[in-house]
Amino acid sequence: MSEQTIPTETPATATAGGADLHIVDVTKRFASFKAVDDLTLTIPSGSFFALLGPSGCGKTTTLRMVAGLEQPSEGRIVIGNEDVTHKKPYKRPVNTVFQSYALFPHLDIFENVAFGLRRSGSKDVRNEVEAMLELVELSTFARRKPTQLSGGQQQRVAVARALINKPEVLLLDEPLGALDLKLRRQMQIELKRIQTDVGITFVHVTHDQEEAMTMADTIAVMNAGGIEQMGAPMELYEHPVTTFVANFLGQSNLIKGELSGKAGGDATLAVHGMRMAMPTARVHSDRDEVWVGVRPEKMQISRAGTPVPGENSMTGVVTDASYIGVSTQYLVALPWGQEVSIFSQNLSTEGPLRAGDDVVLHWNPAHTFALDATQDAAAGAEKVEGDE
Amino acid sequence: MSAAPVPGAAASAPADDVARSVGTKAWTPYVLLTPGMLWLAVFFLVPTVMLVKMSLSSGTAFSGDGTFTFDWNFSQYSTAWNQYVIDSPIFQKSLVYALIATVLTLVIAYPLAYTIAFKAGRWKNFLLVLVIAPFFTSFLLRTNAWQTILVDSGPVVTFMEDTGMLAFLHSINTPDSWPSWAQLFPDGLTGENRILATPLAVIIGLAYNFLPFMTLPLYASLERIDVRLIEAATDLYSSAVTAFRKVTFPLSLPGVVAGTLLTFIPAAGDPVNAALLGSANDALMGNAIDAQFKATGNYPLAAALSAMLMFVIVVMVAIYVRRAGTEELV
Amino acid sequence: MSAQTIDERREQALAALPPHREPGIATRTFRWLRLHLVQFFAGFALLFMFIPVFVVVAFSFNRPLGKFNYTWNEFSTQAWTNVWSDSEITGSLTLSIQIALLSTAVATVLGTLIAFAIGRHRFRGRTGINLLIFMPMATPEVVMGSSLLTLFVAASLEGSLGFGTITVAHIMFSISFVVVTVKARVAGLDPRLEQAAMDLYADEKTTFRKVTFPLVLPGIVAAAMLAFSLSFDDFVITNFTSGQTVTFPMYVWGAAGRGIPPEANVVGAIMFGIALLVVLIPEILKRRRKD
Repeated sequence: MSEQTIPTETPATATAGGADLHIVDVTKRFASFKAVDDLTLTIPSGSFFALLGPSGCGKTTTLRMVAGLEQPSEGRIVIGNEDVTHKKPYKRPVNTVFQSYALFPHLDIFENVAFGLRRSGSKDVRNEVEAMLELVELSTFARRKPTQLSGGQQQRVAVARALINKPEVLLLDEPLGALDLKLRRQMQIELKRIQTDVGITFVHVTHDQEEAMTMADTIAVMNAGGIEQMGAPMELYEHPVTTFVANFLGQSNLIKGELSGKAGGDATLAVHGMRMAMPTARVHSDRDEVWVGVRPEKMQISRAGTPVPGENSMTGVVTDASYIGVSTQYLVALPWGQEVSIFSQNLSTEGPLRAGDDVVLHWNPAHTFALDATQDAAAGAEKVEGDE
Repeated sequence: MSAAPVPGAAASAPADDVARSVGTKAWTPYVLLTPGMLWLAVFFLVPTVMLVKMSLSSGTAFSGDGTFTFDWNFSQYSTAWNQYVIDSPIFQKSLVYALIATVLTLVIAYPLAYTIAFKAGRWKNFLLVLVIAPFFTSFLLRTNAWQTILVDSGPVVTFMEDTGMLAFLHSINTPDSWPSWAQLFPDGLTGENRILATPLAVIIGLAYNFLPFMTLPLYASLERIDVRLIEAATDLYSSAVTAFRKVTFPLSLPGVVAGTLLTFIPAAGDPVNAALLGSANDALMGNAIDAQFKATGNYPLAAALSAMLMFVIVVMVAIYVRRAGTEELV
Repeated sequence: MSAQTIDERREQALAALPPHREPGIATRTFRWLRLHLVQFFAGFALLFMFIPVFVVVAFSFNRPLGKFNYTWNEFSTQAWTNVWSDSEITGSLTLSIQIALLSTAVATVLGTLIAFAIGRHRFRGRTGINLLIFMPMATPEVVMGSSLLTLFVAASLEGSLGFGTITVAHIMFSISFVVVTVKARVAGLDPRLEQAAMDLYADEKTTFRKVTFPLVLPGIVAAAMLAFSLSFDDFVITNFTSGQTVTFPMYVWGAAGRGIPPEANVVGAIMFGIALLVVLIPEILKRRRKD
């Protein structure tokens, strides 16, 4: 296990309102099960960072350990140059926006927002609270009780209550989960705006990959207690390095294939007897047996017989066509039985293809990626399409 | 308007980790428990043990030197058996009266608890208060008020006489041909033209006095039922009655059992209703124990009678705990 | 596909129905009753509970012919003016109130401590503790009273039965009810609220003071009121442990043989009135504030 160097002074990128957050070799065990497994992660100050993953992947547990509501079984948590691993929550420069908001029902909105300020002995509580309430546009609700507010309003109070203390790190535990679609989109923009204005490090835990991609500068995809991949949203989406990430962010078609050769920047693949090409840089496998991956929106679909030079192609039969308005989603059965999905923008004036049509699928080789074939092709694919 | 949302699929840590991380020490609960439990141990447990000891002792309070010797004397139990079970079935009467009263209480309390739990809306708290409010008027005065309500030739009695209900209830009696230990209602549930000073009056009084003890546990249990389960039942073609039979009632069973435990035995041992509303023939265990203690000074016999009642409650609680554990008790 | 439009199909269906008649008032009443059957019986239950109370209050305005106050004679406020000068009543009443206040205070504290332990902590011996708390609620008062008397006799206290022994007994049987009431509230407390408080710089003590305690308080208040009424109204156990001391219920009992005076009813009516006020006023205030 390599030792990560902990900076002894705040790095140059730190803004006035934030500090780097270092999670070092952290493991968390509950009885027999490991929620977080040897996690090492640095969240740069001032960034909007998302911890993305399915339920049970350990993202909330990680967040709670940063907040101090859980103790790591092993490892350290460092904020700026302060080791806070064994510090109580009330001694850490960290505040949390809880998933269920956890507003104090016996206090009105003003007192809820003022709570942290009063504990830290602030002199000018009144003005600060009023300013914060204006920021979240809830000034007229100051004397109401939480139960008298709507879900969206409660959520803003929760954010205000945390932000007002100017923490070095603001933790958000799926704060938008209970809001309806329209409100959620609104709040996503709001939170992003606030973060840019205020400059505090935001750590946002969510299972909604669209949300993470919209809001975050950096995303860490978590699975089973560890990090699958970390990077900017586009980086993760276009260059997944594991099947989990390929399936969890958006959708991917994964087809069994074999690396048959490398020449300079190009690699050749043998896929079910067909020859395909792709950039070597996009091969993330030490083995020759690979999953050949293409995202559905990168594939184009046209009637059989149309020749397509310079692109990888396959033939198939349409088994399902779902017209969505903006696009049509096709399911195409390939000769060896596997079904792949294609998202096709409705640009043709002829109307969508229909089930039973023979088609040719083709795509730019540069959009191909290859992953180690020993990985589970279904990892990360299960998605609960709830109220999103 | 909406309340705080129900959290989604996010996994949450077991409660003990939270408690520990919120910084409590392992000995905290014991410190919190000790004062109260000590009080209960000294003033409930110990006296109960002493009572059992007393039932196996000899002596009387008013004659001799007023002391008691613990000599494993089981004679009191055979006296109690002969006098209060075989000759005059006071023990059985107490249990049967209490049983009828408990059933009556259940029948009356259930609709009330159901309404408060499901149909009350913003009046819920108000109604709960209404259930407890009569508590604040002396129960002796209220029980006494039944003497006014059930007074001979009063409106209630006259009504029941005219509708023939009184005659019907009077005819429910234990035939003279039955053995002495089965003579629970020798003169019928009511008199020919009287309700006061008959078993029925005592039973009504018992049901009345223990109503809150049945209503509140029932309410607590009903309140926890998810209304959507009942809706699902009606969606699946069951009538309202069937939905009740198959879904609501079974789910409310813990409340029914709790209410019964809190009603049945205390009622069986109650002396007040029998004394105020019954005749001399309606004396129950509570009165017998009271008499033996106060009037005769025969503490060992009184203790034996108490032990008999305790035996019944202990058996009932044991059966309950065997099946359901102790977590729901408190 | 039929040549009919949707509108034509509808007209046809409506025309095929039997003629529609408004149900008569009898049917409608019957249906309303059937729909609200449960509430009807609930109302009956409430009536059943309250009629004796009304009788008590009503007969406090009666001037009985003889000693017994069972039949209505004539309206009079005599009892209401006389009650303050009846030393038997005022004496026993004062005593009952004193005992109730003391036993409520102690039982509420002891019971609340236990409720917190049971509702929030893990410890050994849960089964035994749950049983010991439950049993006093399920045991007949005669048994508890007589066993306490046995205890006091064995401790050679039979000469000094009175205020002290009564209070001790009342505390004993009130603790269980306090535990049940407070525990319900404690168990329903969302632990995330305390976590939020600690997240907002409140240490354990401050969190308890500012968040936990205020939220549990309504339960403690309810428990205290319950304990007070249990103590004030207790007769059977008090009877065993009181010696020569006379509490209000004992006074009523003693008077029952020779005729309970309407003055006693006055006390009952006043107690009921106070109880109603104590619980109605917060409700009214709450509703006022909402508008």
